Order: sequence, then structure tokens, then C-alpha cells
Amino acid sequence: MIHKYKLNGLNIVLDVHSGGVHLVDELTYDMLDNVKPPFEEKCPEKVIEKLSRFYAPEDIKSCYEEVVELYNDGILFSEDDYEKFAKYSVASPVKAMCLLVEQDCNLRCEYCFASTGDYGLGKRMHMDFETGKKALDFLLENSGDRENLELDFFGGEPLMNWDVVKKLVEYGRSREKEYGKRFRFTITTNGMLLDEEKMDFINKEMSNVVMSIDGRKCVNDRVRKRVDGTGCYDRIMDKFKTLAQKRNYENYYVRGTFTKYNLDFAEDVVHLYDEGFDQISVEPVVADPAMSYALTEKDLPAIFSEYERLANIILEHDKQGKHFNFFHFMLDLDQGPCAIKRLRGCGSGNEYVAITPEGDIYPCHQFVGYEEYKMGNINEGTFNTDIKNEFAKTHIYNKEDCKKCWAKFYCSGGCNANNFIYAGNVLTAHKFSCEVQKKRLECAIMIKAAKAAEEAEKASE
Amino acid sequence: MKHIITINKANLKKTAAKGGCGKCQASCQSACKTSCTVANQKCEK
Repeated sequence: MIHKYKLNGLNIVLDVHSGGVHLVDELTYDMLDNVKPPFEEKCPEKVIEKLSRFYAPEDIKSCYEEVVELYNDGILFSEDDYEKFAKYSVASPVKAMCLLVEQDCNLRCEYCFASTGDYGLGKRMHMDFETGKKALDFLLENSGDRENLELDFFGGEPLMNWDVVKKLVEYGRSREKEYGKRFRFTITTNGMLLDEEKMDFINKEMSNVVMSIDGRKCVNDRVRKRVDGTGCYDRIMDKFKTLAQKRNYENYYVRGTFTKYNLDFAEDVVHLYDEGFDQISVEPVVADPAMSYALTEKDLPAIFSEYERLANIILEHDKQGKHFNFFHFMLDLDQGPCAIKRLRGCGSGNEYVAITPEGDIYPCHQFVGYEEYKMGNINEGTFNTDIKNEFAKTHIYNKEDCKKCWAKFYCSGGCNANNFIYAGNVLTAHKFSCEVQKKRLECAIMIKAAKAAEEAEKASE
Repeated sequence: MKHIITINKANLKKTAAKGGCGKCQASCQSACKTSCTVANQKCEK
């Protein structure tokens, strides 16, 4: 399977099953509509006849030879022989955990998937230290031979339960040696309660930190509101700058959400860069289409166009030595994850679980509150491995829409929670997310291709 | 090649044979999880 597209004046061909990315001329681009395996030794006459209206026969012949060479090298029209590896998608050790230390929030963001903190459960709760300890023990005990354990402090707003966060970090560290494991603690915060002491602790103990802010003040404050209805931008921006600066701008993200209100979201990315951040994520809201801020299929053309604009902004910035990472355009075409990981996807419900303040276990933070996906409770010592086994099998070859999709090795079947909540089933692709994901991939590959083209041009000079 | 430039190693199939150790970071499509998307993730082997 190949996927070819034109973007930014470049003709790009992705060979899906080898991961090969090729920059091709117009002739090759047209030829690929007219040839496919099995190939003949010489270019078929009918192909020459068809293309000779636009191209010289000698060029057509040499182009055909190049296509055949790449096919023989296994990097064009390569076969899909991955289904046999899907059998490796079995129940695995639990290595990552989202700890909802605080099911309450000091903001009332309009679009919050956690229903402004309480996950729609109608109760605002704190996790106590004992429950947190049991969660860490659960991870230590269920992680098999995995040495690196990821534990994300999440909410609600985790800084509202700061003492428990600190005590759990201390507890986790105290158990590492005994188990021969290492906790990678991370935290996601809205910044409202950040102070020097918390910043220093986070920077000492957390291997990554995510700071939630949507971009420009007018955009942020329209949806990220305090309980009294006022926006939070002025309170958090300087704190986030200090936090990032204190950790030498390493291992962090500023992370925003874009909605129908800011379809010009590239401006928000640029704003965050202009404010000094270089690790930036601004992501589409996923919400009930009935909500006024929700993005729907009607918005796709505008979203696509804005992603293209952002890709060009990034290339222009790069040329001026102003580099920043945009999370959804980050792509490693050579040293990325292995194909087995790409088949399996995020690992929710299998390698990764979320724990609520009451100790309930869910496949991930986005499943919290959906009773049918409650996997057990750490206080009661229950853990439903049937659900774990079900999630172990949520690989791309069990997702009908995904196995035929050119983007399958980059999104790995999408978000199981979005599939369940918005498409009705963890195995059914959420179409809107697919379309947005595919566009982002095209842009991300284009950025790599544009840089390669520039290098090639320099080399030929 | 005159018509085609291949810009990467295209080694996905090789990674299948030796992959699946599970040492890599958990991945999420949202940065709110402080993790990687699958596409930008590094192999930790």
C-alpha cells in the first residue's frame, strides 16, 4: 500500500508497510497511478503511451526502472505481512498509571472531558495517602520485569492535593531499590497553585510536566475560567514561564486545546513560542457535537488549512534558527518505535491504567465513570483481567477501519476512549479524529520532506 | 536516482522481527498525558 499526496509544492509518497518516504517528481507521481506489482522487466507500452502525452518516452522508461528498483528493495509497494505479529498483542505487565489524586478542580474549563474535575460523577474527591500507596504498590507488583514505571499525577487539579503528591513521591522512591525499578513521575497542572516550593519539588522529582494553557489570553480566558467566571491567563502565564525556565526548558510541554472558537489556532502556537516556550502542544477538543465549542466535520477544511499554515510557520521559523517542537508534528522516520509497538498502540487497559480517589481501576483517565469499563478496585484487591485481555487485543488488525488505512503505523488505531465514547466501540475508529490525525501526519511528513529537499539541493550545488 | 529521493531508512519491517520488548514509554495521542504519541516515540531498547 502506498499513500501519495502533494503538499507545499512537494510530491510525497509513503510506502506504508516499510515506512519508506519518497520525494518524487511529477512523472513518478503520475506513473504511480498507472503501475503496480507485479512489475515487468521493461515499462509496459500502454504506460508509455498514456504518459507520453506529457513526458518523454526515455524519461518514462528510466522512471519505471527506478520504481521497480525501489519495489525490489522492499520500500515501495511493500507487502503487508504484519498480521502475524498481532498475536504478540497479549496481556502485558502494567507499567504506567494515571493517578487521579484529585477529583476536583479550581478551574471550570468549558470543554473539560472530566466535567470540570468530577468526571461527571457528581462528587469532588481527594485521594488519601493510603489509597495512593496501594496504587503504587499495585504498579510495583503488577509490572513484571518492567524497570521503568510511569506514574502521572493527574486530576482534576493535582496541586490541590499537594501533600499527598509529595508523600507518594517519597513513598515510591523508598520502594524503588527493593523492587529494582525506577518511577518516572510526571504531573499535569493548570498552574493556579504553583509556587516556588512546588516548582522546585516538581523540577527535582518529575521527569516531565505538562502545563495547561490554551494560547492567547483572549482564547484561553474564554474557556479556561476560574470559579468566579474570570479567565486564568494572567495568574498562570508567569508561573509557567518560571517553571519551564527553572528546569532549563527540558522535559515539559505547554499544552492547550483548540475549539471552534479558535480555528486560527496556529496563532496560539506562535503566541506560546513568542512567550518563550519551545515544547508546545495545541490539540483539538473532542466533545459532544451539540456543544457550541465542539469541532465537527464541517470544520475539517478550516482545521486542515490551519495545520498546513502551521507547518509552514514552523519551516519558516526553522530557517531563522527559531526551533520549536509542535507535539503533533513530531515524527521520527528512522528511530521511532518498533512495528510491534505500532500495532498495539497506547496500551490503555493493558499496560496502562487509571486509578480514581476511591481506588477504582479504569483502562485510562478518559474511561473513568463508565461503569462497564471499571476493572476493579485496589482497596478491595480486585482486578478484572477479562477487560485487560480485551484491551490487549485492541491492535490495528482487530480494527476493521484501521488495517486498511495508510496512517495505521503512526496513530496505531487511535484513542480507544474516543472510539468508545464517540464511535460506540473501542474497535471502531472515530472518523473525525482519523481525518485530523491523517492531516497532521501529512504535514509532519512534509516538514521532514521539505528539509530533505533543501539538503539535497544544497548537496547538488 | 533521477526521479525519486528516499528520505529515510524505511526499516519498519526489520523492527518487527526484534521488537515488542515493551520497555518504551506508554503512549497517548494527547500531550496531557506527558507521554509520546506513537509516531514520535523513541525505542528504548
